[in-house]
Amino acid sequence: MKGIITVLGKDKVGIIAKVCTYLADHNVNILDISQTIVQDYFNMMMIVDVSGPSKSFEELVEDLQKVGESIGVEIKLQHEDIFNIMHRI
Amino acid sequence: MISIVEVQETNKMIREMNLDVRTITMGISLMDCAHTDMRTFNQNVYDKITRSAEKLVKTGEELERQFGVPIVNKRISVTPIAIAAGSVHTDTYVPVAEALDRAAKEVGVNFIGGFSALVQKGCTKGDRILIESIPEALAVTERVCSSVNVGSSRSGINMDAVKLMGDIIIQTAERTKDRDSIGCAKLVVFCNAVEDNPFMAGAFHGVGERECVINVGVSGPGVIKRALEEVRGQDFETLCETIKRTAFKVTRVGQLVAQEASKRMGVPFGIIDLSLAPTPLIGDSIAEIFQVMGLEEAGAPGTTAALAILNDNVKKGGVMASSYVGGLSGAFIPVSEDHGMIQAVQRGALTLEKLEAMTCVCSVGLDMIAIPGSTSKETLSGIIADEAAIGMVNNKTTAVRLIPVIGKDVGEMVEFGGLLGYAPVMAVNSFDCSGFVNRGGRIPAPIHSFKN
Repeated sequence: MKGIITVLGKDKVGIIAKVCTYLADHNVNILDISQTIVQDYFNMMMIVDVSGPSKSFEELVEDLQKVGESIGVEIKLQHEDIFNIMHRI
Repeated sequence: MISIVEVQETNKMIREMNLDVRTITMGISLMDCAHTDMRTFNQNVYDKITRSAEKLVKTGEELERQFGVPIVNKRISVTPIAIAAGSVHTDTYVPVAEALDRAAKEVGVNFIGGFSALVQKGCTKGDRILIESIPEALAVTERVCSSVNVGSSRSGINMDAVKLMGDIIIQTAERTKDRDSIGCAKLVVFCNAVEDNPFMAGAFHGVGERECVINVGVSGPGVIKRALEEVRGQDFETLCETIKRTAFKVTRVGQLVAQEASKRMGVPFGIIDLSLAPTPLIGDSIAEIFQVMGLEEAGAPGTTAALAILNDNVKKGGVMASSYVGGLSGAFIPVSEDHGMIQAVQRGALTLEKLEAMTCVCSVGLDMIAIPGSTSKETLSGIIADEAAIGMVNNKTTAVRLIPVIGKDVGEMVEFGGLLGYAPVMAVNSFDCSGFVNRGGRIPAPIHSFKN
């Protein structure tokens, strides 16, 4: 099962490091990363494989939200289906 | 693979345009609850609802977290009580409404629909008991919603029921007059009611439906409005294409949630209802869509055409996005639940007569409109008859959900709270129609019902 992580917030040192550390610690494999910075605004998207971790998808969602709060950015993990269904026929 | 632009687009719709799923409604048949004893029947009803919907709210919340999209309401519709409770030896169904209310609270849904009767051609004993129980039932319960179908394109309009409902609405208003007559906000009078509507207050689980089913109502007008802001001033082709494309995307989200909810609860998926249901939130308004289309206020000349365009293109985009579209599937134009409509009424742009014209081209009808408490029952019956006639002749669903606010008059404000919103009391044409509505009997089916 794949999930999409989006990070949105003011750019600063260590955002990717913080997210990746959490993912490594919980056995979540990163399949693809892309990011843009528009007017100091950090915008990142990751496609991750969430079939590995022992934690449930909902727990990962909550944990990542907390990681985001600790560094002052918004982090969302969503099931990839919501994007596939909306943008692919 | 999904691109960052697509991901951003979806999340922007959720974050800034109120993209959500309006309701997951579980339809539950109560046909096997029948009993002659009221207590046993109520216990059967309570047990069946709490058992079937045990996981409804939890599943909804799980899906919200997993997809990151809000699911605003979780609700239940049941077999019309006039049918389900038909064999109970009693002269009132108020205890049944109380049992429904308890079940709704136990499973955590905010509304339960189906305190209903289908009387388009005539009343059974159960239908009459149900209709007479409505005023008290809506006063003593909190979450129970009621509806009565008084006409259809196949069978005409039951004018005896229309006359009775005028009286019942006034009684319901009286019973809840200490709360701005809120009981009437939970009561809908239909023509051509549908069996799989997930939206309240008119939802019930039709007799042609299966044991248990999941129906889903898609997002509100906010997303469409924002999309139309991008094409301001452009021609009608662009306008229609934009609505279609956006409606498609919105409906796909509803379809995904419906399928997942159905899979997780082991309950078959029924339909997606494409209706755009506004909320009192700024930006989530049908009237604001009219403004973006180029009208100063809802009610200005051109409003009926604008609504027809909106309704038709939402359907064209939506039917492509789901395998089963049903329910009411049109734009709702409730006054109290749409701050743009409220503003239009306050500025004098929107009248009851214009709203009636608008109901010819959209679902559902005269919805959530506060009128003076002094309105006579005959006038209410006259308004119901007009609306039912529009539905009957045009082969569409129409409904009346009017709130005669006891003790208030034109221009005063009424506060219903929450999703039901607030509204100014609107003027009603008070010329007498009692000689017409008191005739009694039935309006025969229209000529175009004979299609066989």
